[in-house]
Amino acid sequence: MLTKTKPAPEGEVLENVSHPMDRFLRTDRLPHIWCSGCGLGTVLSCFTYALDELGLTESDVGIVSGIGCTGRAAGYLNLDSYHTTHGRAIAFATGLAVAKPDKKVVVISGDGDLFAIGGNHFIHAARRNVNMTVLCVNNFNYGMTGGQFGPTTPIGSRGTTAPYGNYESPFNLPYLAASSGAVYVARWTSLHARRLKEAMIEALTIPGFTFVEAVCPCPTNYGRRNKIGEGLDELKYYSDRSVIKHGADPAEGDLLPGNDVVIGRFVHRERPTFLQAYEQQIIDKQHFVKPQGMGKGPHRMSGATSTDRRESS
Amino acid sequence: MAERILAGTHFLNGDEACAEGAVAAGCELFAGYPITPQSEIAERIARRLPQVGGVFIQMEDEISSMAATLGGAWGGRKAMTATSGPGFSLMMENLGLGMMTETPCVVVNIQRGGPSTGLPTLVAQGDMMQARWGSHGDYGVVALVPSSPQEAFELTVRAFNLAETLRMPILVMADEVVGHMFERVVIDPEAIEIVERKAPNKPPGEFLLYEPGEDLVPQGMPALGDGYKVHVTGLTHDERGYPVLNAETQEKLVPRLRNKITHHIDQIVDYEETDLDDAEVIIVTYGISARSSLGALRLAREKGLKVGMLRLKTVWPFPGDVLKGLADRVGGFVVPELNLGQIVLEVERAVCGNAIVQHVPHAGGAIHDPETILSAIEEVFALAH
Repeated sequence: MLTKTKPAPEGEVLENVSHPMDRFLRTDRLPHIWCSGCGLGTVLSCFTYALDELGLTESDVGIVSGIGCTGRAAGYLNLDSYHTTHGRAIAFATGLAVAKPDKKVVVISGDGDLFAIGGNHFIHAARRNVNMTVLCVNNFNYGMTGGQFGPTTPIGSRGTTAPYGNYESPFNLPYLAASSGAVYVARWTSLHARRLKEAMIEALTIPGFTFVEAVCPCPTNYGRRNKIGEGLDELKYYSDRSVIKHGADPAEGDLLPGNDVVIGRFVHRERPTFLQAYEQQIIDKQHFVKPQGMGKGPHRMSGATSTDRRESS
Repeated sequence: MAERILAGTHFLNGDEACAEGAVAAGCELFAGYPITPQSEIAERIARRLPQVGGVFIQMEDEISSMAATLGGAWGGRKAMTATSGPGFSLMMENLGLGMMTETPCVVVNIQRGGPSTGLPTLVAQGDMMQARWGSHGDYGVVALVPSSPQEAFELTVRAFNLAETLRMPILVMADEVVGHMFERVVIDPEAIEIVERKAPNKPPGEFLLYEPGEDLVPQGMPALGDGYKVHVTGLTHDERGYPVLNAETQEKLVPRLRNKITHHIDQIVDYEETDLDDAEVIIVTYGISARSSLGALRLAREKGLKVGMLRLKTVWPFPGDVLKGLADRVGGFVVPELNLGQIVLEVERAVCGNAIVQHVPHAGGAIHDPETILSAIEEVFALAH
């Protein structure tokens, strides 16, 4: 078993040292509530580095989250942040994104929030191709409420409401996102921090409904209960089973026991966003006045796109 | 039809008039889901909003409709949703979020018969208490109740204005008959007053999202991207908007959600008096029931019975003081409602045993026959003498 975080030795505690990404955090709200070994800190960190690389500021981006451990992410980000009701982050974000076409709306929430109680909103926002990025932190259980099984729990895994093991088939999130109409779909684990950040950059840059799944350890409620171990053990467990396959068929993304964890960019395609379609099919044809902010972006964000960055590096 | 305010004299039903009221008031975003007898609002506004730079979104259900309406408001738009009973039930969750986050918007309920699917195409007033208490927890409510298409227009405009003044979702509790009834609607741009959203009173860094002014209302609302880096949460929060989960913060926040309404009660409460001067019995009524009640009043007057009518245009907050004042000088009240006893409970509470209160219940599906209300009036006269 890998060791978990040890207490810092006497005399080595660094006081008042700022993190390079502190400007994106509400430092007055730290420390956060997340457990030691949780993947959420890594995901949040990747997100702030993605914002930094894209040169995005509080004037460009708004964060919406639902309820649960991941739902608290909105409250730690020093941006306009909206912590909504359980499962409704995407629905709220739909109104926000349509009201502010020149801003980027990002939903950060958990697997239970987005795919059980909020599943209907996910598929419809993807179908409409509303301009938003959805970051799902998938830890295979309801962590905040104490480790109940959820819509992504693998068959056989234990949860507090699956004391004999889960026997329901879980969602394959990339497949669900792709078949619902998402224009960008990727999955990484929180161990793949650099690639996860790259995926976030791509997702934030591509106009329309973009989706990134981050497979994350939840040692407190999932890892330990399922004999995977502590946070680092769980990270290693996922990474040992990970196979990077860009352009893989999302149907291969099932996280079944014994399967590889297929990670990478599953989908990248173009189709008109909700507001682009509205503009093309209604506003232009009927010669109506454009809603405020429409056509000003963020269909193309300020700063380089991920493709440009690749070419230049 | 490309103007925001459709000046002139029109022949509209209450649903259409409501949609026109929204557009006139500056609504720029409507998120809704089809349901009888509300659909004519969505249909009208789906045609109208694109003409004036607004956006209509047909959502996947009423849960998301309410959530998207709140999102639209935080995006800086005047936003509205409309529904009927079953959809209203689904909206309760995010209506509570709107109350807790003090989000200005308008929610219209064209009431139909319930419970459950009930009478989709037929009238009722059975959601009046749900309007007051439907979402969990304590909060204050403002509910406007139109009795005609003309008033559906006017009160929808007023709802948008009150939403901005009080920084909260405002309810328009109409009913199927008012929604579907066609009447003359006069729209006079000169007579329309529009309240715009208040900008933050301080620059970013100094501004506190939930710092109440003297009137207990937060002082201005930034939109996404305005640079204020707001944090908006349904959790109990302090003046910064940050979650603070303890009794002290709850005590500071939640009573204010009710008290801000009480503070403005004189500005909010609106009613119409008919023949109250010499009245010995008063009909207390609202919505479509007021139309039957007016018939009953005329029949009673023909019989020489001194009957007056108090028609509530705002049911919440309930004008208890008005009723209390009247109770000292009349023999009794008659309260016809298309439900089995909801607002009558408030009348009884205000009257406090100082006069007779006679309910005229109706389970819904049709409106009261004026003769039924007349019989109740006669009973009260008999009991009072």
